[in-house]
Amino acid sequence: MIPPGLTVMLFLQGSFSGRGMKKQTIDSRPTGPKPLYDPRVRALFFQVISLAAVFWVGWVLIDNTLSNMQSRGISTGFGFLGESAGFGIIMHLVPYDATMSYGRTFWVGLTNTLLVSAMGIVTATILGFVIGVARLSSNWLVAKVALVYIEIIRNIPLLLQIFFWYFAVLSNLPSPRQSVEVGGALFLNNRGLYLPGPVLQDGFGLVWGAVVLALVAVVGVRVWAKKRQLATGDIFPTFKVSIALLILLPLVAYFIAGRPLEWDLPALKGFNFGGGITLIPELVALWIALSLYTASFIAEIVRSGILSVSQGQTEASKALGLPNGLTLRLVVIPQAMRVIIPPLTSQYLNLVKNSSLATAIGYPDLVAVFMGTTLNQTGQAVEVVAITMAVYLTISLLISLFMNLYNRAVAIKER
Amino acid sequence: MTESMIRPPIKKLAPVKWMRTHLFSNWFNSLLTLAVGYLLITSVGPLLNWLIFDATFQGSGPDDCVEAGACWLFVKQRLNFFIYGFYPDEFQWRVDIMFALLAAAFVPQFIERFPGRKWLGIFGMTGLPIIGCVLIPGGILGLEEVGSSKWGGLMLTLILAYIGILASLPIGVLLALGRRSDMPVIRGLCVVFIEVWRAVPLITVLFMASVMLPLFLPDGVSFEKLARALIGITLWQSAYMAEVIRGGLQAIPRGQYEAANALGLGYWRKMGLVILPQALKLVIPGIVNTFISLFKDTTLVLIIGLFDILGAVQSTIADPAWQNVAIEGYVFVAFCFWVFCFGISRYSQNLERKLDTGHKT
Repeated sequence: MIPPGLTVMLFLQGSFSGRGMKKQTIDSRPTGPKPLYDPRVRALFFQVISLAAVFWVGWVLIDNTLSNMQSRGISTGFGFLGESAGFGIIMHLVPYDATMSYGRTFWVGLTNTLLVSAMGIVTATILGFVIGVARLSSNWLVAKVALVYIEIIRNIPLLLQIFFWYFAVLSNLPSPRQSVEVGGALFLNNRGLYLPGPVLQDGFGLVWGAVVLALVAVVGVRVWAKKRQLATGDIFPTFKVSIALLILLPLVAYFIAGRPLEWDLPALKGFNFGGGITLIPELVALWIALSLYTASFIAEIVRSGILSVSQGQTEASKALGLPNGLTLRLVVIPQAMRVIIPPLTSQYLNLVKNSSLATAIGYPDLVAVFMGTTLNQTGQAVEVVAITMAVYLTISLLISLFMNLYNRAVAIKER
Repeated sequence: MTESMIRPPIKKLAPVKWMRTHLFSNWFNSLLTLAVGYLLITSVGPLLNWLIFDATFQGSGPDDCVEAGACWLFVKQRLNFFIYGFYPDEFQWRVDIMFALLAAAFVPQFIERFPGRKWLGIFGMTGLPIIGCVLIPGGILGLEEVGSSKWGGLMLTLILAYIGILASLPIGVLLALGRRSDMPVIRGLCVVFIEVWRAVPLITVLFMASVMLPLFLPDGVSFEKLARALIGITLWQSAYMAEVIRGGLQAIPRGQYEAANALGLGYWRKMGLVILPQALKLVIPGIVNTFISLFKDTTLVLIIGLFDILGAVQSTIADPAWQNVAIEGYVFVAFCFWVFCFGISRYSQNLERKLDTGHKT
C-alpha cells in the first residue's frame, strides 16, 4: 500500500521527468554508477596503485643499495655484531673493554642513553612542576621570575644550551686540586662531579626485606582504610601512616642488622679523584641542559593543566567543607592531571630523543657510540641505522603505551 | 551623561597596598619574596656589569679585551662570518636583498592594520623562495655561482628553516589527508610513515641522510651535503606537520563534510574548497609552533658538518687568538635565536587569541 502523499510525489516526478505519458517504471533501487565512477572501485584502484608504487620504490632503493654496497665492498648482514670492537668508551654501565664485540657497544650506548634519559625525566618533572606552580603563585615576584625563566629557556636551542654547559661552564671549572667541595663528600671540578658511593655490607638483605614488607603493609593499610571509610565514613590518615611505615621499617631493620652500609667517599689521589661515584662532565652537562630545557615546557603544561580546572570546582569543594589540602588533593590535582598527562608524555618522548644530542659533546650514548664509532669502523650503515631507529621506535612506543594505560586510568569515566 | 559613557572604576592600589597583596600577603610569601629578591639583586648586578658596563665594545683585536666584562669585540669582528658564513664579500648584497625581502614579507604580519599584509604573506610563501633560488646560488641571469658549501651562518639557518617548513607543508597536508582516508591501505601507509619519523630523533635522520642517502641512489646521482640535510629535515618535519594538520581536520564539524558531499563535490574539491581552508586557518598557531621548534632544531646540522650560525660560532671560539670567548659567542647565538623564537611565539599567541571564537567543542 503506497501512502497518498507519495503517490502524488511520484506522479509529479513522473510528469516532470518522464517524456509525455510513456510507460513509467518506478524503480526505487538506485542503479549503481558505472564502474569508472564507483567509489569502491576507485578506492580499490588507488590503493593497489599506491601499494604498487611503494613496493616499486622500496625495490629500487634496495636494489640500488645492494649494488652500491657490492661495488664499494661493504658486507651485509648482522655478522659484524660479533666482531671485536677495539675502541674504548669513557663511560659504561655494563662491563666493557676494547676487546669486546660491536654488539656489546650497542648495549653500552643503550644503557647510557637510558641513564641520562631517566635522570633527565626525574629532574625535569620535579623542576617543571615547581616552576609551573610558581608561575601561578600569588606572589608577584615569584610568578614573574618563573615567567622569565620559561620564556628565556624554551626559546633557545637545546644544542646551544648543551654547548654552553659543557664548553663554557664545566670546562672552566677549577682543576681537581681546587675542586668545589660540599661537606667533604661532594666534589665538582673540570673532570666531573664526584659523589659518595654506597657500599652495601653483609646483612643489607634485611633492609631490602624490610622495604618489601613496608610496601606490602602500605598496600594493606590502603585497602583496609578504604573499606573502613566506605563502611563508617571515618577517614584514616593513610598518607602519613604510609610514609611512616616506609621510613621506619627499613630504618629499624638497618639498626637491627648492625648498620650494614658504608659510604665510599671520593678522595684526591695523585692528579685525580678516586672512589665514590663519578659523573663525567659530558653526562652532567647533558643532564643539566635536558632538565632545564624540558622543565620549561613541562612548567607551561602544568600551568595550563591547573588553569583548566574551573574555579567552580574549587568553590564547590570549599562549599562541601573540604579544607585547602584536601581540595587540592581530591578535587584539583586529579582533574588537572587529566589535562597534563598527554602533553607530558610527549615531553618525555622529546627528552629521550633529545638525549641523542649527546653525540655533539661526546657523551657515549647510543647515537654517539653505535651510530657514530661503530658505524664508521664497520661501514655497515644500513644495519646500524636500522637498529638505532628501531630502538628509538621501541622506546617511543613503550613510553606511549605506559602513559596511555595511565591516562586511561585517570580519564573521565563517562556513563 | 549617557549610560555608555560610564566606565567601570579603575582599580588602583597604592604601592604599599599593592606590595602587601602581591608580595607580602602572608609569612610564607614574605619569606619567598625576600629570598628571591636577594637572589635577584646579587645575580642581576654582576650579570649587567659583565654584559654591558665592564664589557669591551671598541678595539682592533683580541688584545683590547682586557676588561673584566664580556668581549663583544669578538662578536663584532666575526659578525660577517656569523651571518654569511664563507659567502664571498662581493656577492653578499644578494643575501642582503633576501633578508630585506624576508623582513618586508613577514614583519607586517605583526602589525594588525598594515595594508595588503595578506598579499605580502602570500608573496613570502611563493615568490620569495623563487627569488631566493635564483639570487643565493646564482649561476643564472649573469650572476656568479656560489656553491652551497660556502653558505653558512645565520643565512644558512634561515634557509634550512624556511625551505624545511615550506616543503613540509604540502607533504604534511597530503599525509594528514591520507591518515584520515577511508582507504585502509593509504591510511596504513601514512600512519606508518608519520609514526616512524616522529619516533626517531632528528640527529639519526640527519645521519641517515648524510650516510645512507648516497647508498640509496643509483650510480652517478648525488646530492650536495646541504640538499641531503634538507631532504632529511623535510621528511622528518612533514610527519610533525601532518599531525598538526590532522588536528585541524578533526576539528571541522561533520556537517561541513556532509554539506560538501551534498553539493556533489568530489574528494579533492571538497577538501580544497571546503575543508582545508577552514582546517588550515584553525591550525596556523600549531604550524607556527612547529616552525619555532624546527628553527631551533636546525642547529643540529652542525653535527653533520654544516656551518649554521651555531656551527660558525662554535668553530671560531676554538680560535687560539681569542681567549675564553665561548660565553660571548653562545650568548650572541642565544640572543639571535631568542629574538626570532620569542617574536614568532608572541605572534602565534596573538593569532590564537584572535582566532579563538570562544566556543570550544
